[in-house]
Amino acid sequence: MFGDIFNAQFFSSSIRVAIPLALAGLGGVFSEKSGVINIGLEGMILTGAFTAIAATNFSGNPWVGVLAAIMVGMLLGLIHAVTCITFKANQIVSGVAINLFASGITVFFSWLLFGETQIMAKSSLPIWGLPLPNIGEGSVFVRNLIVMFANYSPLVYLTIIIFVLSHIILFKTPFGLRLRSVGEYPQAADTMGVNIVKMRYIAVMTSGALAGLAGSFLSLEQAHFFVKEMSGGRGFIALAAMIFGKWTPFGTAGAALLFGVGEALAMRLQGVLAIPVQFINMVPYLLAIFVLVSAIGRATPPAADGIPYEKEIG
Amino acid sequence: MPEIALEMKDITKRFPLVVANDKVNFTVYKGEIHALVGENGAGKSTLMSILYGLYLANSGHIFINGKKVNIANPKVAINLKIGMVHQHFMLVPPLTVAENIILGMEPIKNNIFIDMEDATKRVEELSKSMGFKIDPKAKIENISVGVQQRVEIIKVLYRGAEILVMDEPTAVLTPQEVEELFEILKSLKKQGKTIIFITHKLNEVKDLSDRVTVMRKGKVVGVKNTKDTNQEEIASMMVGRKVIFDIEKKPLNLGKTAFKVDKLEALNNKGLPAVKNISFEIKEGEILGFAGVEGNGQTELVEVITGLRSASSGKIFLYDSDITNYSPRNIREDKIAHIPEDRRQRGIISEYTLAENLILGSHYRPPYNKGLSLNFTEINHHAENLIKNYDIRPSDKDNLLKSLSGGNQQKVIVARELYGEPKLLIAAQPTRGLDVGSIEFVHQQILNERDKGKIILLISADLEEIFSLSDRIAVIYEGKIVDVLDPKKTDEKEIGLLMTGSTTNNKLSKVK
Repeated sequence: MFGDIFNAQFFSSSIRVAIPLALAGLGGVFSEKSGVINIGLEGMILTGAFTAIAATNFSGNPWVGVLAAIMVGMLLGLIHAVTCITFKANQIVSGVAINLFASGITVFFSWLLFGETQIMAKSSLPIWGLPLPNIGEGSVFVRNLIVMFANYSPLVYLTIIIFVLSHIILFKTPFGLRLRSVGEYPQAADTMGVNIVKMRYIAVMTSGALAGLAGSFLSLEQAHFFVKEMSGGRGFIALAAMIFGKWTPFGTAGAALLFGVGEALAMRLQGVLAIPVQFINMVPYLLAIFVLVSAIGRATPPAADGIPYEKEIG
Repeated sequence: MPEIALEMKDITKRFPLVVANDKVNFTVYKGEIHALVGENGAGKSTLMSILYGLYLANSGHIFINGKKVNIANPKVAINLKIGMVHQHFMLVPPLTVAENIILGMEPIKNNIFIDMEDATKRVEELSKSMGFKIDPKAKIENISVGVQQRVEIIKVLYRGAEILVMDEPTAVLTPQEVEELFEILKSLKKQGKTIIFITHKLNEVKDLSDRVTVMRKGKVVGVKNTKDTNQEEIASMMVGRKVIFDIEKKPLNLGKTAFKVDKLEALNNKGLPAVKNISFEIKEGEILGFAGVEGNGQTELVEVITGLRSASSGKIFLYDSDITNYSPRNIREDKIAHIPEDRRQRGIISEYTLAENLILGSHYRPPYNKGLSLNFTEINHHAENLIKNYDIRPSDKDNLLKSLSGGNQQKVIVARELYGEPKLLIAAQPTRGLDVGSIEFVHQQILNERDKGKIILLISADLEEIFSLSDRIAVIYEGKIVDVLDPKKTDEKEIGLLMTGSTTNNKLSKVK
């Protein structure tokens, strides 16, 4: 039984499940490194997921869907930025509002445009990679390697590139240094001539774009359809991955992969064990709680995370 | 006539409730060290914030080297070669020294990346030219306050500053570090830099500056050549009346040993030992002053005594009763009063009114509490009495604490803590950030309690304060008491050395 569960397919499905968590978690990293909590990731994923399917079905081109999801994510990021940065509103409340808004607006538009709340994708992105050989003697190993490493949607490869780039941007460029300083000690950054408002807007909109992309992967690639509330708490698990990953891109990716394994395992165990499916579906969330509890004390958020910047009056 | 580096003309800055700068004129010559003095709230920092582009003035003009400039933000100030070392260091703790220095002006390689090698090299060169050694790769959170200040200075020099503003730079330093800082500033002056030095410590004005500008209540009240004036004159200009410098201390009148700490040990928030085997006794009518650089266990020691942190071993006795690890409420009921070091965090609730703040800690018992509700007649009566006795201003009991000045907030704490005749008073950094007038007031209150036969534990990083109040001085270093001395038989220099741990050898040679 063990070999039936933990095989090459399990590995690759873990990666697929992890992609939206990783992308949205990375969005969280950008936003929180700049000092803005983005609890609206959940809503941004959901809106991205809907937009991707809608735009794909209208244009017939899944890439248009991906692009539209990114744009809509950025737009929600912009709304979050305006409320939190310009108007200094409570960042949690703004995030919750975005989540509620997203569940409403996606259902509204799916009724308006499609007359139902479950929409099938009319086309999907190609699979890039090496062709799978037929299972023959000796080629099982090669086949497994290809399944594990070279047989994915382009978005999977794109995600890997995005993570490497994000690491470089955050830790090797002036932009990254300024971004980190803004999230840690904005007063200091301000005295050094860093434009705090600009940095935070860029970070929060990037965060929205990444969450939108995560949503497009979820609907276009993982499910091939959109259904209401399909984000199912992924935005929050992404935040858990961000915390467990200590607000770094690679750490977040690793944590997302761990959650991916959990969810893939839950899918595999359905029907295998005599446990009600509802319990098995709890696995990823229990894993998130467990991981967060064990991360307490080790994970320090950016010092100015969640605090609007105001010049002192004194 | 010396060349003028900076001229600020008719600067006015209004905040919602106060005019912080009222037609201020301020002139600094090229290559001088110019002291800008005044009490808290006199408008010094506001004036410098305007110069650095952090605030915009409502009216007035600024001239740099004779040219009129418009400083809209710090970037403009940096480009005009103005540098500022803030009172609260503007350093990002988890970043390295080099990263902090280059922030906002990073050297670039391949058009994209930060050139860390170049940054490291330039930081090393600059610190070498100033004669100090700094590891560019060390994280700010791991280096001492004195070194952090040097990083701030290098940060300013890295940006090519010609005019340096130092906002109360000595407030956080040990006497040795102050001396070293003065050497650094003098060598900067030799290199032709212009230095504006904000302070309210008058001996520093005398030791360091060429000229001094005195501000009071948003206005410039005088400009003097330092050599033509004296401390008394500057002080009376600052305060607007004559100031008594040496508080008169009545002769020591000791009672019995009333407070005893025995082999106390405690951990800090990180779980590391912070209080290490500390034992001491205080008699009635005695002030024991703890001198030490902050972060050497003083905070934890006070927290253990006041019940805010538990002792891992050891005992605390007040009049023979063991009060170790009592709850804060029990400890208060045993008549231990506490003026906490962090006023805003532990001393007051800034969103509460004066009247409410004045009953904190006794709010649960009569007469302030009757049954399920608060007795506001009593609470207001109590507030009006204390406001009158302690001259708290503004005197409206319904004002929120956050609208009071630091000095008046501290008066609220002192009034509350001394009410009800405490047996033991713990005063931690009781005058931090206060102006001359308030310091005088708080010191007088502490001495009154001493003369009434109370037990007093004073903790201060300010050696002047330690010396003017203490009957005995305990020096704390890395969680241990390294020595207990008689203030009449020691001096700031010796204490300063003990505070930094460079101790026993000097002392031994002295004994011989």
